[in-house]
Amino acid sequence: MSSYFADFASLFEQFDVFQAFWVNIQLTFFAAIGSMLLGTVLALMRVSPIASMRWLGAGYVNIIRNTPLTIILVFLVLGVWSQLQINLSSDFNQNFFRYAVIGLAIYHAAFVCEAIRSGVNTVPVGQAEAARAIGLGFLPSARLIIFPQALRGAITPLGNTLIALTKNTTVAAAASVTEISALMKSMIEFRPDVIIAVFLTVAIGFVLIVVPVGLLTTWASRKFAVVR
Amino acid sequence: MHHKKKLYSVAAMAAAAALTLTACGGGDDGGDGGGDGDSVRIGIKYDQPGLGFSDGGEYTGFDVDVAKYVAGELGYSEDQIEWVEAPSANRENMLQNNQVDMIFATYSITDARKETVDFAGPYFVAGQDLLVRADDDSINGPEDLDGKNLCSVTGSTSAENVREEVPGVNLVEQSGYADCVTMLGSGGVDAVTTDDIILAGLASTDANQGQFRVVGNTFSEEKYGVGLPKGSDQCEDINAAIEKMIDDGAWEDALTSNTEGADYQYNTELNPPTPEACAS
Repeated sequence: MSSYFADFASLFEQFDVFQAFWVNIQLTFFAAIGSMLLGTVLALMRVSPIASMRWLGAGYVNIIRNTPLTIILVFLVLGVWSQLQINLSSDFNQNFFRYAVIGLAIYHAAFVCEAIRSGVNTVPVGQAEAARAIGLGFLPSARLIIFPQALRGAITPLGNTLIALTKNTTVAAAASVTEISALMKSMIEFRPDVIIAVFLTVAIGFVLIVVPVGLLTTWASRKFAVVR
Repeated sequence: MHHKKKLYSVAAMAAAAALTLTACGGGDDGGDGGGDGDSVRIGIKYDQPGLGFSDGGEYTGFDVDVAKYVAGELGYSEDQIEWVEAPSANRENMLQNNQVDMIFATYSITDARKETVDFAGPYFVAGQDLLVRADDDSINGPEDLDGKNLCSVTGSTSAENVREEVPGVNLVEQSGYADCVTMLGSGGVDAVTTDDIILAGLASTDANQGQFRVVGNTFSEEKYGVGLPKGSDQCEDINAAIEKMIDDGAWEDALTSNTEGADYQYNTELNPPTPEACAS
């Protein structure tokens, strides 16, 4: 058994596991920002008084949410990069990192939009009516009255989306980003003797990253909840 | 207290489910470990044209032909063979968990793998090579790759080799070689790298015929062996079958018919190989 642990330890000398996890964290960070921005705009569209905007928002959410993430990333790399030859960076590997961030942001924006929309639904309709009564238009009332309350009510679903995003960064391997799931494939290829340890390392790594996110979400949703 | 017990059993069930999922790969977990049972379960690739390919219930390729011959020599008729998909990352697990009796799936014999599984063979010695567009004569070996875009499969030995061999190459990693060949066709990459026979198989499919060229300048040696569960007693018989296949010409026939139209010549210095001595 002790030799198994020695083999296991040598895994960390042979492969840079921490660097690979760091790539996943970076992907999560940038894609979270991107999907939050895009998702907020989509949510605005979906609750707007303009019918064509609502359709556009609903269309985006229904199409993207029902498309597998792998398909989106493979499309970006095989279609947009290889076929159309569009480079997002002069650095070869950075180019794929950016494609992966864009793909992840596009996909998760649909979920962020729905999370925020569920938050909007927690705001009593009287708030919107009061905003209209004092003469605020759609955008000012959304910015000043509705969304601040909606975001506070949407913390839990947004946290769930963030957790899903964190784990979905492993799909970035499909976009040629060397993150932990790509490294895991290398480790399985070269070190099949410690295959169980390889799986456990990756699984425990994700638990260590995701559990704090969950705890933070729970704490924040209590702290910032709108008491009604 | 009762509540806690329930929790444990739920956790145990979850763990069991997770283990079953990890061991996915299809095929029922029959109890008999080969020998003279009524069927033999053989692991092959389903997605590698020219080697192991599932074409609507038909299985074709060089690995499949060798497997059929060997199974025949071991006393199994073709309809006693149960084909099971053996993706690269699952091969050791499938042998250890007794999901297959033997694996013919471009399975290179390496010391690390010998720790967990046994090998018979080799039945072919492949080498890492390059696939380029037929009209591109600027790439004739790894030394021409500096600054070029190259595609290989995520986490594969080929990808790792080329990273060491040519540090200046721009490596794109995809989930399968078919994606790489698509990229090669559309101009995103200038070459695809992996074992020469795999490239030849890809270049000889109906859709790709005549479009690509296998460079024929190998820079590694991959001995394709037959993966067996550790401690298997079938190694000697399989080696005898492979030798017989090479002697009676069936080996050569299988190789030519499966790489037809790819403009490919296997490395005749290393092939046909002599099977190595069996472990223990």
